[in-house]
Amino acid sequence: MVDYRDVWVFVEFKKDNIRGISFELLGKAKELAKKLNEKVCVILIGNNISKFKETFSSHGIDKIYLCENPVLGEYLTETYSSILVDLTQKYMPNIILFPATKIGKDLAPRVAGTLETGLTADCIDLDIQDGNLVQTRTVYGGNYLADIICSKTKPQMATIRPNVMERSEITTKNQPEIIEFLIDIDPNQLQTKVTEKIETTVSYVKPIDEADIIVSGGRGIGSEENFKIINTLAEVLNAAVGASRAAVEAGWVSKSCQVGQSGTVVCPNIYIACGISGTTQHLVGMKSSKKIIAINKDPNAPIFEVCDYGIVGDYKIIVPMLTEALKKKLSQD
Amino acid sequence: MKFIVCVKQVPESNVLKIDLKTNRVLKEGVSTIISPFDQFALEEAIKIRKDGDEIIAISIGNLESKSTLMRCLALGADKGILLNDEIFQDSDTFATSNILGAAIKKIGDYTIIFCGNSSFDTGTSQVGPELAAVLNIPQVTYAESTEAVANGKIKIKVQTDEGYRIIESTVPLVVACIPPSSFQPRIPPLPKIMAAQKKPFEIWNAEDIGGDRNKFGSNGSLIKIIKLYEPPKRDQGIVITDEADTAVEKLMELLSKDKVI
Repeated sequence: MVDYRDVWVFVEFKKDNIRGISFELLGKAKELAKKLNEKVCVILIGNNISKFKETFSSHGIDKIYLCENPVLGEYLTETYSSILVDLTQKYMPNIILFPATKIGKDLAPRVAGTLETGLTADCIDLDIQDGNLVQTRTVYGGNYLADIICSKTKPQMATIRPNVMERSEITTKNQPEIIEFLIDIDPNQLQTKVTEKIETTVSYVKPIDEADIIVSGGRGIGSEENFKIINTLAEVLNAAVGASRAAVEAGWVSKSCQVGQSGTVVCPNIYIACGISGTTQHLVGMKSSKKIIAINKDPNAPIFEVCDYGIVGDYKIIVPMLTEALKKKLSQD
Repeated sequence: MKFIVCVKQVPESNVLKIDLKTNRVLKEGVSTIISPFDQFALEEAIKIRKDGDEIIAISIGNLESKSTLMRCLALGADKGILLNDEIFQDSDTFATSNILGAAIKKIGDYTIIFCGNSSFDTGTSQVGPELAAVLNIPQVTYAESTEAVANGKIKIKVQTDEGYRIIESTVPLVVACIPPSSFQPRIPPLPKIMAAQKKPFEIWNAEDIGGDRNKFGSNGSLIKIIKLYEPPKRDQGIVITDEADTAVEKLMELLSKDKVI
């Protein structure tokens, strides 16, 4: 297994842009590669993406594996996984990191399963011990942490939660080695194809999984109309709007806003819970947020057990006051 | 057509206590359910089945997991198969996929394998894609709705960050299902529970399923937990109970002082 070298990051694109989490993975990959004295490499798969070579040249990486083809404009498991499997077998990386996004979580296990190597899901930290990649994830509803290794096989693979790693810092430009990987895929030979795309989330709504700040509303908000109070606070903070399952089921906000076990697990710097009592299934989804602020009428609500700051009171009164105070404070800074 | 639904019996609460000396979950007094996304996967199979089709529910587990399969039979599956063997214990997702894969190859002639997109207890979302890799067939994950279309293909509505995609796939394939937020697990009526007792149910061990037993259980697992511990405790939070204006003022002071904002 001595021949497996280097730390790879799978870069995810979204609407002709690099997803922010890719730089979080890169930040950690640089740290791991330094400890191992190995190279940091990024994998770019897609269409019309060679323009991003420039972006990565200011992130201090050593190699770019580039696979560009019109067929790859739309993510498909079968095309992306076959490219990654081929790349891995040819260049033998030690570690591959994927984002724990819908695409990363579809792709990584397919690649790991094909290569017959280990994969750890939803890591919140990574480190090197005795030459092994130690992967930390939460287990049993967040009550415990587990350190996991993959010692029998290589590459060592992990998916990483958004918002848990420090972003890669921009450095002076270097000239990473570019390795172009040519493919010959006949679209008519594919087993799967995308026949339609439906966009339901409005473009100005920030996605919750990568947001720095999330303002969430629960059952206590009471109506779609009242959610405007939440939206206003979110706007002032440039935050994403989240919701509990109850608020989503009531139809006040879209499913993509749902925080919790049956929605999205989030880990923002600041999580503001308004009118959310804090069911287990919601707490599982947000309790690793760095700072939690809770506003709720019921002083016994479980949300107060996990919050850093809480106000017992009616959100309809508190939230607009807080919005004004924050607006004032932010305009002074 | 033959549909296979992979189900997992899970504790009803996923917030569990562990004996940190043995790393075993303290399951005593915790009741079990079908992992909710797996139940939704079963409902999808029931939705697209036509006369003459067969739905087989399979599960890896101890003998208590029979109750989960009986529940699947009561809900509408035609046959239950429990994969039970000591060597299946302590499987990671890769070993799990190999056990399921061997059993599914033995069943043979399948059209769609349904499973939940993630399990309620461990929630890695890895078994669906790893199983598809083991069987070398297409996979579609985050599937909210599945339908058969005229050309023998399957059309699947898939959740994405922006909304949905419709994917058309050849068969056989693995569909990993995630319910819409409106989904409520059905409880079968008593007569169906009674009738389920008469449906075919089998228990298969490692010998029965064949395959490479070096890929099962702890032997076949590629990742292992080296340390299990409690996360650092959060500091006790400050809860303010003053009148609204004073409370907001106090909160702002705290946020400034702690450099949160």
